[in-house]
Amino acid sequence: METFLGLDYPTWWFLVIGALFSGYAILDGFDFGAGAWHLFFKKEHSRRVALNAVGPVWDGNEVWLVIGGGALFAGFPVMYATLFSSLYVPFMLFLVCIIFRAISIEFRGKEEMAWWRKTWDIGYSVSSTLLAFLLGVVLGNVLQGIAIGPQYQYQGAGFFEFLNPYALMTGITTLALFMVHGAIYLLLKTEGRLFAKLTLLLKKSMIFFIISFGITTLYTLLYIPHLSDAFKSNPILFGVPVATFFCIANVPRLANKGQYRNAFFFSCVTISLLLTLVAIELYPTLLFSTVDPKYSIDVYNAAASTKTLRIMMVMVAIGGPLVLGYTYFVYKTFRGKVTLDETSY
Amino acid sequence: MDVEILARIQFAFTIAFHYIYPPLSIGLGLVMVVFESLYIRTKNKEYHVLAKFWTKIFALTFGIGVVTGIVMEFEFGTNWAVYSRYVGDIFGSALAAEGIFAFALESGFLGVLLFGWNRVKPWVHLVSTIGVFLGSMFSAIWIVVANSWQQTPAGYHIVGEGFNARAEITDFWAMVFNPSSVDRILYVWLGAFLAGAFLILSVHAYYILKGRFVLISKKAFKLTLVVATVFSLGQLVTGHSSAEGVAKNQPAKLAAMEGHFDASAPADMYLLGWVDKENQEVTGLKIPGGLSFLMDYDFETPVTGLNAFPEEDRPSQLNAVFQFYHIMIAIGMFLIALSVYACFQWWRGKLFDKRWLLWTFVFTAFLPQIANQVGWFAAEMGRQPWVVYGLLRTSDAFSQAVSANQVLFSLILFMVVYTLLFLLFVYLLNKKIKHGPYDDTEESDRPLTKEITGVLTGN
Repeated sequence: METFLGLDYPTWWFLVIGALFSGYAILDGFDFGAGAWHLFFKKEHSRRVALNAVGPVWDGNEVWLVIGGGALFAGFPVMYATLFSSLYVPFMLFLVCIIFRAISIEFRGKEEMAWWRKTWDIGYSVSSTLLAFLLGVVLGNVLQGIAIGPQYQYQGAGFFEFLNPYALMTGITTLALFMVHGAIYLLLKTEGRLFAKLTLLLKKSMIFFIISFGITTLYTLLYIPHLSDAFKSNPILFGVPVATFFCIANVPRLANKGQYRNAFFFSCVTISLLLTLVAIELYPTLLFSTVDPKYSIDVYNAAASTKTLRIMMVMVAIGGPLVLGYTYFVYKTFRGKVTLDETSY
Repeated sequence: MDVEILARIQFAFTIAFHYIYPPLSIGLGLVMVVFESLYIRTKNKEYHVLAKFWTKIFALTFGIGVVTGIVMEFEFGTNWAVYSRYVGDIFGSALAAEGIFAFALESGFLGVLLFGWNRVKPWVHLVSTIGVFLGSMFSAIWIVVANSWQQTPAGYHIVGEGFNARAEITDFWAMVFNPSSVDRILYVWLGAFLAGAFLILSVHAYYILKGRFVLISKKAFKLTLVVATVFSLGQLVTGHSSAEGVAKNQPAKLAAMEGHFDASAPADMYLLGWVDKENQEVTGLKIPGGLSFLMDYDFETPVTGLNAFPEEDRPSQLNAVFQFYHIMIAIGMFLIALSVYACFQWWRGKLFDKRWLLWTFVFTAFLPQIANQVGWFAAEMGRQPWVVYGLLRTSDAFSQAVSANQVLFSLILFMVVYTLLFLLFVYLLNKKIKHGPYDDTEESDRPLTKEITGVLTGN
């Protein structure tokens, strides 16, 4: 198989998609998190400030989902097709929530009536919460494996099979992680009483996250042995979970000192390290078959042709810096605390 | 109903709904760039007001376009898994390219376009508007490339057999510039410009009729009328070249569009008609040999008809393809007639005197939308029974793992949510139009006296 800098193309593409998904989780993670907190703010002004903290950036954040989805489609068509058709119901719910969230953000400020705003506040918050949860549920199903039979066909049939105990745990953990992340983001964007309230909420959510993360980790180690194989065979990799724990611990430490910028940096690093852990646990598999390991989907049987992967690498090399450039530009323009004007939501 | 038909209904419904919005974003984007550039050049505050006003309406369409578009990207995998595996190499790379090169540009600058009026210098804002507009244009390129490859596959070879068969890229640029890409991209762009331009004409015609914001509306109307005239005429050229491409690359589709059955005979062109599939007849108003003439400038040239293809390789919904195609053409011709006539009245200095003309413009906003929709219906239904022309049948392409109940569930969900979304969209659009181009803060210093003078002197 052809290689580039010592790695074969499917592996490169695995890394690229991992990086895209990390970027997506970091970016949409804080705005889902911020949305999940929305109903905790009681005053109209607080809600507007919180909404406008994500106002100029949420749409750009969702682009990472589109790019990630396209990259998965192009790089690993088999994985894209099997994953999406197997987890049909959660993905459909995810799409409906994406739509509800967008229209809630968009339409909330268009009318003055209290009931109107309240309706969209609920829509925004509930959909943000469900989105974070559903992302975790999908992740849980991927980690645990699903019933794939011959020809990459999913053999499960139930409507709610995706809601198994492990997926619930990863769903809740993801929600908790995004709420921590979102709270820190909002701390960077707010002032006054809302800011003070958020410092308390951050503490609570941090505890909630650590407990749910601990339980999920324990369950993984005890009941899903295939996920720790990579660590057993290659002890150097053990450095990654260690680094992850230090990063997690660093977030409340920095937050207590009031260094929210640094805390936000470390919550970003935490998210990408957690996804690195996922990547190590999976590779080279993408989706475990619970029917028979020989039906599992891995980076090799799922990959597009080497030619396509190479073309896509060129696209990423050209497009990646551009995407980072636009992202930098928009965040730089809207840096600092939120100020409301007539164009705000 | 079985999974296949449900999946097709769901795809058709979600894509048709989605396609209300991106053309508006592209078309409004173009005119916003024009308004804002004029503001920077002339420093005339009215252009600034217009740019800001249309940006607000743009925001409404753009947001809905994005989220309904994410649905499309997921739906290939959820409902068309076999198709996704088959074309992932090609279709997937076009979608990924859209994300990286178009969508990121668009959404990256969107924040500044919508919320940056007071935060960045005017020229930086203009650059952002142009960035968003170009992003939406690029987006159209990649999507139309992907779809054109389904119509006229090129630059690929088939690897594997049976279930494992799939198309792999052999030549990327041949795939991108497949025989129908360029014609169809231009056609789609112009259709989008018309959708935006006629919405703007409609709203400003309404203001003029109601005597509100008259001066500024006249300015906007004239500028946009130029755009509408140029591109409705341009659509003749791109449409013709598109049809020639269909004749060459997808003869069965062209034959279905004109209801031409004879395997090889001169073909007529219908202005309107009705296709009787059983008796292989079309009743209607026709130009004998018209299609032959369009293709070869000779009324006698034989054109390949439907009977040249085995029954199972022909589109089944012949009358629908025929009607959709003809509605699109009729609307295109009407738009040309209307905009050219309006230009003529403008030249005579009587553009704003004819109330019936302005009322016609008010209602014409719907027509490019309808033409865009039925044009796509004709293109997609005319490609049937293939999802990838000549390679993969639609009936082989859907997800085997998904049950009919699941699709029914999601279809109902989408219908409910999209109906709600559409009602809200119409309500808010109406509200914005009623409110008018001026911000509440600017209301006090708006040039009311100037407008009244404008009305009195007829400028």
